[in-house]
Amino acid sequence: MNEIIVAASVIGGLGAVFGIGLSYASKVFAVEVDERVVQIRDILPGANCGGCGFAGCDAFADAIVNGKAEVDGCPVGGSAVAQKAAEIMGMKAGEVKRSTARVLCNGHCSVSREKYVYDGMDDCSAAAQLFGGHKSCSYGCLGHGNCMKTCPFGAIIITGGIARIIEDRCKACGKCIAACPKKLIEMVQKDKKYSVICRSKDKGAITKNNCDVGCIGCTKCVKTCRFGAISMEGTLAKIDTDKCTNCGECIVVCPTMAIRIMDFGD
Amino acid sequence: MIQAILTAFLSAVLIENFVLVRFLGICPFLGVSKKINTALGMGVAVIFVMAVSSAATWVLQEFVLKPFKIEYLQTIGFILVIAALVQFVEMVIQKTSKQLYQALGVYLPLITTNCAVLGVCIINIQNGANFINSVLYGTFAGTGFTLAIVLFAGIRERLEFSEIPESLKGFPISLIAASLVSLAFLGFQGLIK
Repeated sequence: MNEIIVAASVIGGLGAVFGIGLSYASKVFAVEVDERVVQIRDILPGANCGGCGFAGCDAFADAIVNGKAEVDGCPVGGSAVAQKAAEIMGMKAGEVKRSTARVLCNGHCSVSREKYVYDGMDDCSAAAQLFGGHKSCSYGCLGHGNCMKTCPFGAIIITGGIARIIEDRCKACGKCIAACPKKLIEMVQKDKKYSVICRSKDKGAITKNNCDVGCIGCTKCVKTCRFGAISMEGTLAKIDTDKCTNCGECIVVCPTMAIRIMDFGD
Repeated sequence: MIQAILTAFLSAVLIENFVLVRFLGICPFLGVSKKINTALGMGVAVIFVMAVSSAATWVLQEFVLKPFKIEYLQTIGFILVIAALVQFVEMVIQKTSKQLYQALGVYLPLITTNCAVLGVCIINIQNGANFINSVLYGTFAGTGFTLAIVLFAGIRERLEFSEIPESLKGFPISLIAASLVSLAFLGFQGLIK
């Protein structure tokens, strides 16, 4: 009987000492955190899935407050969480802009040319290491689907040899951007439908040779745009989404149809 | 002295590697070995926790459990001490060094109740090691864990680019790879006579 009491009291005593010690330590070593971090952390789902691209819900809440992440970055919580997070951050709910990833290449098999016949690993990075890939255009999508494999939401499909994004499914986590060796995927505002779907920095004639739908730098769209939203970066047109009004006039004048809507329905 | 330490080091890291020969700590070994960077972070955290908990449990054994003659409560007492200690260390690190907290912080709670950590403490007591040897052995065992998990993470990174039969993709091929690494480590048996 005596032994039981000794054992129980020693272990119980140890537990009590550690418990009191830890609760005291948690006060002494308390780290002051921005109260918004705690509030946002509370409204997040708490699944620590990493879908936002951060290490967990804590890291994501921290990133929102520090301005490193958008309030609508949580793919699990969706718009409900985005609204609440926006309120905590002092933004109006209407200011929440939804982003989507967009693949800036439309050189599918029937309009683009191949440099050589590739018969290696089914992987974009591996293919890109062989003379910059099998496409004649060294900027084009290789279509081995590194982005598709990394997308947690099944929002990317490979058709006609290039990657396309189903924008309704895209949660803008940005994993595909990191996965693409050609850096063809860009995060854009979802409501701005028009993009220059080409990244070729080659001169117009070379681009034209390689691909029927590349931007050849003719500057017609720049002259047409009434809002001054389009500018040239070298031989490549670029649409400033802040100025773009979705009027669609550029799409009409583009001779190669490099400006177009790239949204694929669900 | 130096020779003895070197022998203990080789023995803990290669010959009696905690993961690959003793089969302790398999859970983080398979769970956190997808990337070399995270594996390294986990390894460093394990070295740290093993060294600290070796020291703490030795003190507990000598000054609490032995005087009260309740050595049979070793397991429960050790877990209690390790868990409380790691929690405490986590708080201190969070307060004092933000960088170290970001590097170690995520992994520390994962290993508080890990069997490899408990294992190293119990093996220390079984071997009748003194305080310094306990801490050294804890550090060396953690080094062995780090070596194993980093090697394995390297293999898994390569597996990503290999053509694997459909039915073996993912976890099965990882288990097969782990068993092969383990077999390879058995080759170190007999390195020290």
